[in-house]
Amino acid sequence: MEAVPQTRATALAIGGLAPHRMRRQRLGDTLFRGTTRGFALGVLLLLGAIITALFVGSLPAFRAFGFGFLFNSSWNPVTENFGALPAIYGTVITSFLAMLLAMPLAFGVAIFLTELCPRALRRPIGVLIELLAAIPSIIYGIWGLFILAPFLQTTLQPALIASFGRLPLIGALFGGPPLGLGILTASMILAIMVLPFIASVSRDVFQTVPAMLRESAYAMGATTAEVVRDIVIPHSRIGIVGGVMLGLGRALGETMAVTFVIGNAHRIKASLLAPGTTISATLANEFTEAVSQLYTSSLIALGLILFVITLIVLAAANYMLWRLSGETT
Amino acid sequence: MKGVGLYAQRRATNFVILSLSMAATAAGLVVLFLILGALLWHGIPALSGDLFTRMTPPPGSKGGLLNAIYGSAVMTAAATLLGTPVGILTGTFLAEFGRGSRLAQAVRFVNDILLSAPSIIIGLFVYEMMVVPMGHFSAWAGTIALAIIVVPVVVRTSENMLTLVPASLREAAVALGTPQWKMVVMVVYRAAIQGMLTGVMLAIARIAGETAPLLFTALNNQFWSGDMNGAMANLPVVIFQFALSPYADWQLLAWGGALLITLAILTLNIFARLVASWSSFAK
Repeated sequence: MEAVPQTRATALAIGGLAPHRMRRQRLGDTLFRGTTRGFALGVLLLLGAIITALFVGSLPAFRAFGFGFLFNSSWNPVTENFGALPAIYGTVITSFLAMLLAMPLAFGVAIFLTELCPRALRRPIGVLIELLAAIPSIIYGIWGLFILAPFLQTTLQPALIASFGRLPLIGALFGGPPLGLGILTASMILAIMVLPFIASVSRDVFQTVPAMLRESAYAMGATTAEVVRDIVIPHSRIGIVGGVMLGLGRALGETMAVTFVIGNAHRIKASLLAPGTTISATLANEFTEAVSQLYTSSLIALGLILFVITLIVLAAANYMLWRLSGETT
Repeated sequence: MKGVGLYAQRRATNFVILSLSMAATAAGLVVLFLILGALLWHGIPALSGDLFTRMTPPPGSKGGLLNAIYGSAVMTAAATLLGTPVGILTGTFLAEFGRGSRLAQAVRFVNDILLSAPSIIIGLFVYEMMVVPMGHFSAWAGTIALAIIVVPVVVRTSENMLTLVPASLREAAVALGTPQWKMVVMVVYRAAIQGMLTGVMLAIARIAGETAPLLFTALNNQFWSGDMNGAMANLPVVIFQFALSPYADWQLLAWGGALLITLAILTLNIFARLVASWSSFAK
């Protein structure tokens, strides 16, 4: 280490390091800090870049169809008349049904894991349920197509048609032949896929309920079900809604599993047994086959719509879960 | 004895609700085992030497999944190598430098959204940014799409793990006159290495089965290709195409591929959890 005479005094004053070393260290710190900040900014910009790219890509479609694109229910590649309504309808209805099916199951799992399960089994069962989330979408698709759909076609669907098909209003929901593939099957697959997300968030928020509250209720003679209904659920309401929204965000954008079992028909039918389509399934099926610019652009416009919907849902979900973590810590 | 009647009724309600919650859990587990069972049932007959040594065949002739396995491995590895440093550096910013700052809050919020954003949208984005300008599908485009999915997973876990490192370790390093970057790299990273490794493994498990982002980027290739600039076969897209085909031998290969991918992912997932539970600060 060479000393630089004229600045030796200052160097000694700030800790005895030679000034060029000090400067090098500062430079190193600034560089490191700057690099990490740069990458963080990059993540931020990525979201903007995605929206911009989708917007630019969908301009031709919006120019050709205007806002009517959102409400047009035809999808005809030959005459190049495209509308998003059937895909939006399919996306919303499958996700809605999936949440309807998944929520009670997920809360059941969360209640079981926090209130009922022997301590030694909590972790293994929790992990097994979470493994449902690790299975890739395409595996659910292949399972849904070859196992679940034929099973539903011969069991649940004929039963539904026989018992509800003739009722005045509800009958329309269960009309038509049992095809196996369709809105209902897609919703059931989606329900299985979002179950672990809702269950694990619910379990985590149930666990944040202070033991004292719970024990007080038990000491008053409340049953486990009453403790859950009157103490645990009211205390973790925001977290539960956040978890449900998170699951909804997943369900809306789920692609491969739905593509396998939805039947891919650009039609809006009242019956839940009828085939339909979703935005993501339309993209997966048609994007590589779209030849004309307007066709491609309409598909990208569908993608933009999907992204905006999921963005809103996920932002709301994260906001709620954040407020919660701000409260408890 | 009205009180006893009410008590019996409350006990009955309790019993019904708890039974239902147990049934819900059982249903979840049964579905998991049904899926794994179906994969084993249909997938094991497809496992043979051919599966690992031959290319994807035209319908009606014998073949395997060698090119698809290779393509998946290459793209997953490249995407992990690209995405991990970005994720770790961003996580470092959030945990070390940006605590409480507006930028960090915004990044955290956006990252949580990207974590659950539909992967098919990422595929569309990369199609617009790379495939259109380049004029053709390529393994690089597929790699970038997967890397974009890796980043938020790694950001999230590395931030969490770095935040768990006790402040006293940092203070001890700083008190010795260590520059900040050296403190982070030599002390904090070392303390959190297991946790960050878990994040990377979970990210690999996440992208190994991703199909949607590869459909418009890497596409597929029936032949052996080591060219990252061209379309490349990969397991998920091959499974997608073969499963939906009318040919029994293609469907069999699809089941074989599905079994391979699921076993790999579940193993990785369980292993990642084990590593996380060894980690000294998690808990």
